[in-house]
Amino acid sequence: MSIDTQTAAKVAKLARIKVDPADLPALAQEFNTILGFIEQLNEVDVTGIDPMTSVTPQRLKRRADVVTDGNQQKAILANAPDAREGFFAVPKVVE
Amino acid sequence: MMADLNKLTVAAARDGLRRGEFTAVELTESCLAAIAGAGALNAFVHHTPDIARAQAAAADVRIAAGEAPDMCGIPLGIKDLFCTKGVPSQAASAILQGFRPEYESTVTQNLFDAGAVMLGKLNMDEFAMGSSNETSTYGNVINPWKTAGGADLTPGGSSGGSAAAVAADLCLAATGTDTGGSIRQPAAFVGITGLKPTYGRCSRWGIVAFASSLDQAGPMTRDVRDCAIMLGAMCGHDPKDSTSADLPVPDFEAALTGDIRGKTIGIPKEYRMDGMPDAIEKLWADGAAMLRDAGAKIVDISLHHTKYALPAYYVIAPAEASSNLARYDGVRFGHRAKLAQGDGITEMYEKTRAEGFGKEVQRRVMVGTYVLSAGFYDAYYNRARKVRALIKRDFDEVFAAGVDAILTPATPSPAFALGSMADADPVQMYLNDVFTVTVNLAGLPGIAVPAGLDHSGLPLGLQLIGQPWGEADLLNTAYSLERAAGFVAKPVKWW
Repeated sequence: MSIDTQTAAKVAKLARIKVDPADLPALAQEFNTILGFIEQLNEVDVTGIDPMTSVTPQRLKRRADVVTDGNQQKAILANAPDAREGFFAVPKVVE
Repeated sequence: MMADLNKLTVAAARDGLRRGEFTAVELTESCLAAIAGAGALNAFVHHTPDIARAQAAAADVRIAAGEAPDMCGIPLGIKDLFCTKGVPSQAASAILQGFRPEYESTVTQNLFDAGAVMLGKLNMDEFAMGSSNETSTYGNVINPWKTAGGADLTPGGSSGGSAAAVAADLCLAATGTDTGGSIRQPAAFVGITGLKPTYGRCSRWGIVAFASSLDQAGPMTRDVRDCAIMLGAMCGHDPKDSTSADLPVPDFEAALTGDIRGKTIGIPKEYRMDGMPDAIEKLWADGAAMLRDAGAKIVDISLHHTKYALPAYYVIAPAEASSNLARYDGVRFGHRAKLAQGDGITEMYEKTRAEGFGKEVQRRVMVGTYVLSAGFYDAYYNRARKVRALIKRDFDEVFAAGVDAILTPATPSPAFALGSMADADPVQMYLNDVFTVTVNLAGLPGIAVPAGLDHSGLPLGLQLIGQPWGEADLLNTAYSLERAAGFVAKPVKWW
């Protein structure tokens, strides 16, 4: 498996990270180095092995389905780069 | 006032405070003075002297009243990954510039409830992604250890600030976190003790998430006893973390008898790496001999899938990171890029994340995005999770066969020079975690204990790996090793 600059650009887009087109060849090269390292996993016989879902076998705890928190608008907005009238503000999303 | 209070162990400070030999305020002032004189190390990146003084004064009242917990009045450094209410908590990333949490992480809250004092926040690799503390937005941490006339060395990473601060006596102990070795590798690089507990022992709530199935907080201290004391205060069940274990917390310090007669210690043959320095090979053999002399039985064991731990880790950790770091979008907290005329929300995300994330974080988020993307999920992510199950099975089988703990080197080398890996490919840096990463994948407790010096006078550590939830027994074995190794070397002050 080899990643070309076009795939690198697609991955950057999916990750929502702007990458300068001039930097794409170097990025693709780094991906290939890392993926080459990861490819070793193909040597392992994993027949009949289930993928691990939890490292410590335990049933997640249940609790009553009730509201335990809330009314914290001020705290939630306190760190927003742009908060107006009690909302997070972002560039226009819908025309 | 006694001199050099900042050099005390947690246990000695606890006992001295109770005997009235000094106050928590004096102890804290001694650390604040040490920190003020150690700017060159770049370990503390946010200073909280006002909080520290107020907490110390409150601790003195509590100690005078009697029945104060062990950690009461003990000055600590807190890794920047822990959210601390009203205090900058940036995970050493520019994307969290200016972020002041409205809440307190469970681990720091537990420590503060026990009366501990926060001196400030400690430098680290950005989002805990790194093994040399060179990916931090605050710049490198410098290891207090140096070779004669040598270059500045890395303190290791990601908990590099925590390691340097404890080794340089800026605080009595520090919190760290460990996703692939981030407590144990830096502890070994600076000659201190660092414990990664069993996954689920410490709550992850309020700790900036990197790879949620691997992340675990732990203590970084001067010795094993301090690790036992501090772990007891940090851990415990927390309903706010669904993976936090609802198990009783034993008295870890009471477990330190030093008696390991009849214990079985495994030596895994797969940890003998090509090109490992002779000093580490010898340290490992010496460590096994010390445990044998203390009455343990040493057996050769095999952990067959060890070779595949790092490749599995470099699928699973980036995959989880790409999901966890999706929250940094410039909307709710942290940095937002300045937008050009006509930029929409997608440009806002892309520019914000390009400006806010450093190179290594971007690389891992993109690798994670790739291995989770349509068509590759089975080939990479699911395969890695199957290999992870096999790695855990290796440990299960060894423990079922009667092994109580496993002895390995902590790192494949001593601390290396800052900048020396700049031209290496990323995989070379990843190899630092070759002995530690299996422990995270299997969710086990592991401890790094300083055990000797290499030929150039730099500290080297050994790692002990214990059974799940067996921290008390593991700490006792580490205590026995510590006593036999008798490591007392300290860095010569140059800062």
